[in-house]
Amino acid sequence: MDAIILQILNGLDKGSAYALIALGLTLIFGTLGVVNFAHGALFMIGAFCAVTVQRILNLSYETIDPSQTDFLGNPLVVKTPYVHSWFGPETGASIIEWSVPIAIIFAIPIMIAIGFIMERGLIKHFYKRPHADQILVTFGLAIVLQELIKYFYGANPIQTGAPDVFRGSFDFGVLLGFDPNVIIYPYWRLVYFAFAAVIIGAVFAFLQFTTFGMVVRAGMADRETVGLLGINIDKKFTIMFGLAAAVAGLAGVMYAPINSPNYHMGMDFLVLSFVVVVVGGMGSLPGAVLAGFLLGILESFASMNEIKSILPGIDQIIIYLVAIIILLTRPRGLMGRKGVMED
Amino acid sequence: MSKTNLTRRGVLQTGAVAGAGLALPTYLSAASHSGFTNAPGDSSVTLGFNVPQTGPYADEGADELRAYELAVEHLNGGGDGGMLPTFSSQALDGTGILGRKVEYVTGDTQTKSDAARASAKAMIEKEGAIMITGGSSSGVAVAVQGLCQEAGVIFMSGLTHSNDTTGKDKKANGFRHFFNAYMSAAALAPVLSKMYGNDRKAYHLTADYTWGWTQQESIAAATEAMGWETVNNVLTPLAATDFSSYIAPVLNSGADVLVLNHYGGNMVNSLTNAVQFGLRDKQVNGKNFEIVVPLYSRLMARGAGENVKGIFGSTNWHWSLQDDASKAFVKSFGTKYGFPPSQAAHTCYVQTLLYADAVTRAGSFNPCAVVEALEGFEFDGLGNGPTLYRADDHQCFKDVLVVKGKDNPTSEFDLLEIVEITPRAQVEYAPDHPMFAGGQLGSCNPGA
Repeated sequence: MDAIILQILNGLDKGSAYALIALGLTLIFGTLGVVNFAHGALFMIGAFCAVTVQRILNLSYETIDPSQTDFLGNPLVVKTPYVHSWFGPETGASIIEWSVPIAIIFAIPIMIAIGFIMERGLIKHFYKRPHADQILVTFGLAIVLQELIKYFYGANPIQTGAPDVFRGSFDFGVLLGFDPNVIIYPYWRLVYFAFAAVIIGAVFAFLQFTTFGMVVRAGMADRETVGLLGINIDKKFTIMFGLAAAVAGLAGVMYAPINSPNYHMGMDFLVLSFVVVVVGGMGSLPGAVLAGFLLGILESFASMNEIKSILPGIDQIIIYLVAIIILLTRPRGLMGRKGVMED
Repeated sequence: MSKTNLTRRGVLQTGAVAGAGLALPTYLSAASHSGFTNAPGDSSVTLGFNVPQTGPYADEGADELRAYELAVEHLNGGGDGGMLPTFSSQALDGTGILGRKVEYVTGDTQTKSDAARASAKAMIEKEGAIMITGGSSSGVAVAVQGLCQEAGVIFMSGLTHSNDTTGKDKKANGFRHFFNAYMSAAALAPVLSKMYGNDRKAYHLTADYTWGWTQQESIAAATEAMGWETVNNVLTPLAATDFSSYIAPVLNSGADVLVLNHYGGNMVNSLTNAVQFGLRDKQVNGKNFEIVVPLYSRLMARGAGENVKGIFGSTNWHWSLQDDASKAFVKSFGTKYGFPPSQAAHTCYVQTLLYADAVTRAGSFNPCAVVEALEGFEFDGLGNGPTLYRADDHQCFKDVLVVKGKDNPTSEFDLLEIVEITPRAQVEYAPDHPMFAGGQLGSCNPGA
């Protein structure tokens, strides 16, 4: 029982990331009809927003300490972050420590701007082209973006820590009546899950309870009719692209302390997120979220030693296996509706 | 009756053209004149540096390339000479190799076996490289070594730590300076025993490819010999990025040590995840829970940040060594590039010098002459103390460094501290040791 609870918890944070990326993918596909293979790169750029803020906060001035030497035997150059001298060592250290949450504030406008530029500068030229062209151009864009990140930040993962207060783990087992150390779960992953829930809720509320959201939903259902009513649906959809980019970016920012960001992390999530979208049902936002968590938890279960000993390698294929079964039994996915994205 | 237009002059002209045409490929293949592949001309010789320039190990590849460029500079008489003055063999004099200026071409392994073979093949067939060196993965090293054996060129491997490279996949044309998984385990186990005692239960997470398998087999055998029990060994996919579902069951397994047989990004992520799950703060079986990383890379330890503090592992070489050779190399590299070299840079630099020295001592670029010069070669002054290139398997035997993540680093490069320099005798093994059995060295292939 404890192992089952543990794997459900493990699946939640991975599922949160899948759900957030798939949510953005579905928004873009649903509104613009574009298959955006650069969406994983937006997640990666979000994570590097956290890295960048961490580096900015660590910008330092140099002083020479003649009492120590560097690796060449020269007097040691000691670097002191500016924030330490501006706010004092303790407050300065706390500010640096909170670089990931601070990065959220910067990531939102940056990601929206990147989304606008991507949509207006490149993707709008491919609206009327076949999906194959869209996939090729967005996949190419993803490679360009990840190579740019690699050029500026290198190929090695970059440690981006969570604030001290969220380091360590929470003993869920004790809470549920198990022995200590049986079910433990890192605090930051709980934060990530809660954050994902808030973002998902906010996106749904935005689409459900605002006029803007109503127009977008109408546009997703019947773009032509909404256009005939005199509404500039293209402009609304561009904003939705920016919003989807921001959701992916925020998912990336908050993911940085879970796994050290590297230039390739977007690609690692992209393919699985597409499977999530298809399993959830093309164009279905609740479907994307449901499938994200479902597949994240299933993937976690498939990594259990007990299951791997019976079915070796199952952790590598479980998502695709489940996708095949669901698509065979429900060709429109879990929550796909008849007539949506089928023309 | 048929009538032909054949004339004596026409037949002679056609024959001459056809003869020249047939002879041309043979002429262009200069090697055939010398009896070996890519025999150099009188003025220059081309070496092929096959390193990961893209992909997850690109930073390590970049450091390897810096080391190669430095080695070429020193071989051609430039710079401060680096380790040339400290090298026990004084055959190299800074005039290139056998009087020929050293030039180089580069390839990108992408840390993929097929891409690495393709780039090595291109350097051999199109660019005339007479020796291939580099790489940051055992899978790549084994693949490229096989290609070089077939092509008849020498392969001086870069960073490859699997037992198989000089074990079941060894080749006569291939040579490894870097240490291997067995040596890591043989050096590390006594230190672990001293630090953590002999009554320990170890849980292994192992990268599911040649290096991971041999690393796990070696460290499990060495620690079990001290009395440790191996509770479980879980193979993790090389492409895995989140190890939480593999780490979560560790605490319920009864284990009090987690051994991460991971390298590169895998190591960074699995170690980070293990620390996130609070493993290092736990007490199991009345003891502090410990984590071990058998193979450390300073470049990649940076990615794990402060999570490496206090964690034991091993390394082939470290820039903080205080012997004259290491100091000379660190000074040379640090002055040129502004930061200390990695262990990957060191082994690549040394391999280039060793090849050049072997050619010079042999007086020939013929791969079989080079093999003969390197086999059984004893040397010193290249940063690892007295070293032997064993003839039986072309593996270097030298001291091994046991290191620990530093508690108070003074800079971003100062992440590891040397705990012990394990003497060579302690990490030696018989050529027919079961962990290295199954392959044949074969005979050298000069190609052409």
